Amino acid sequence: MSKGITNLVEMRGIKLKFDDLVVLNGLNLSVQAQESLVIMGVSGCGKSTLLSILLGLLTPDAGSVKFKGEELTRLSRQEFNKIRMHIGMVYQNAALLSSLTIGENIGLPLQELSHQSSDEISAVIDEKLALVGLSEAREKFPSELSGGMQKRAGMARALAMEPELILFDEPTAGLDPINSDLINELMITLREKQKVTSIIVTHEMESAFALATRMAFMDQGKMILVGTPDEFRNSDLPLIREFLSPHSGNKKRTTKGSIHEIA
Amino acid sequence: MPDTSVIAQLGALILTWLKELSGVVWMLCDTGAEIMESLGRRKAPLRLDEFFFQCTRAGIGSIPMVVLLSLFIGLTMALLTGYQLEIFGIVTLVPAVVSVSFTREMGPLFTGIVLAARIGAAYTAELGAMTAGGEVDAIDGMGIGSLRYLVTPRILAIFCLTPCLSIIAVLSGIAGAAFISNLLLHLGYGFFGDQVMKNLFAKDMLSGLVKSFFFGAIIGIIACYKGLSMKGGAVGVGTATTQSVVASICTVIACDSLCNIAMITFFP
Repeated sequence: MSKGITNLVEMRGIKLKFDDLVVLNGLNLSVQAQESLVIMGVSGCGKSTLLSILLGLLTPDAGSVKFKGEELTRLSRQEFNKIRMHIGMVYQNAALLSSLTIGENIGLPLQELSHQSSDEISAVIDEKLALVGLSEAREKFPSELSGGMQKRAGMARALAMEPELILFDEPTAGLDPINSDLINELMITLREKQKVTSIIVTHEMESAFALATRMAFMDQGKMILVGTPDEFRNSDLPLIREFLSPHSGNKKRTTKGSIHEIA
Repeated sequence: MPDTSVIAQLGALILTWLKELSGVVWMLCDTGAEIMESLGRRKAPLRLDEFFFQCTRAGIGSIPMVVLLSLFIGLTMALLTGYQLEIFGIVTLVPAVVSVSFTREMGPLFTGIVLAARIGAAYTAELGAMTAGGEVDAIDGMGIGSLRYLVTPRILAIFCLTPCLSIIAVLSGIAGAAFISNLLLHLGYGFFGDQVMKNLFAKDMLSGLVKSFFFGAIIGIIACYKGLSMKGGAVGVGTATTQSVVASICTVIACDSLCNIAMITFFP
């Protein structure tokens, strides 16, 4: 990988269709090292799909995806797997392996991909569990934990390989305010203390403004605005004004993109 | 005028079948690639603990059902064959008929059907649920390789264990036949055993054993493929499981016929 690259992630002209449905239509996005980019947009606009492309779970129909200057769309499976070791993902539903304990889930990537000894892996598991406040849950199975605890365990697993980039897919969706705050605090700690770059997909405005160093808004397969939280607050774009409005829950969006009041 | 809708349906069916076949081939190629990649990282090609767990489940767990089924089939077969042969005064042929047919055909085939229903269904349901729950994507997203991690131990376990279960099925079937022959056809255990040893050739045993390996591989591959390629939630898991069992049983029976034709043609 070449040196002196400021953009950790660079996506240019990404296009993706599922049958006749255009999900991404020439999307451009760059993420700088150590920033927290929050991606917003209405449900089904392709935010999670974007994360799947970055992780190599989906291949775009056209466009370029670069991670640390390396073109991902041209990599072989083996080469992509090496890149994946530098990217962690926290899934919306945590996606912990239900047949493994929380400790085994966190140790899984280390056991399968690294050459660390069992003692070293065990120490990493303890460290990551302590970081997310789940030290007592090491021997429990995912089904024995609450949704918030599962998400924290998912976060611990994503951190196990010390990734440079973490992708968060709706990290606080469906959680109560206390658990949401816990997750938000963890993400802020990661950004400020561990200097981890993160891309966060969320609908929670409070979380978004608390976490973001930069924000992006997706609509109809493209980024319609990328900027600082202040630029978002002051944006004149009607869709963004409506989305950020505290009353946005009382609005209905038509298929053409405009928003109308619900009677 | 030909019925275009029937032709169209047939075409669609063939296309679906070819799609599934290419999916299976790609799955096997990708599994091989993931194993090589793991070896390249100087890591084990499969998880031994999971392999032994699957062996216990597919092998030891299936013994009672295989034994019971084979015992009753052997018993029924000897009884019905015996009553027919008695008319011609050749009831003494029962041990030869039962042992050869059980070794070459019945044992491996019934083992295959039992495993398709019991283990194949379980594999598909498990992998289907993991796919639906995002666990498979999570494994791939970490760069671990879901095929090496999930598929390899399962296919290898059923591939290795099917011949073992097949041997157990043959022994149980012959035992059932010997029991009923002694009870109702008045053939002594000693005579029955002698006849079995005299009429059973290495070729018969080898034929059954080779088929069993094929059956094990077929069931494992179809079950894993159906599980990983399922679409939808709980309903999708159910549909995939049904399709897996039906496809496995049909393919096992078709493979059995092809093996028989090949054996008879090339090793008469």
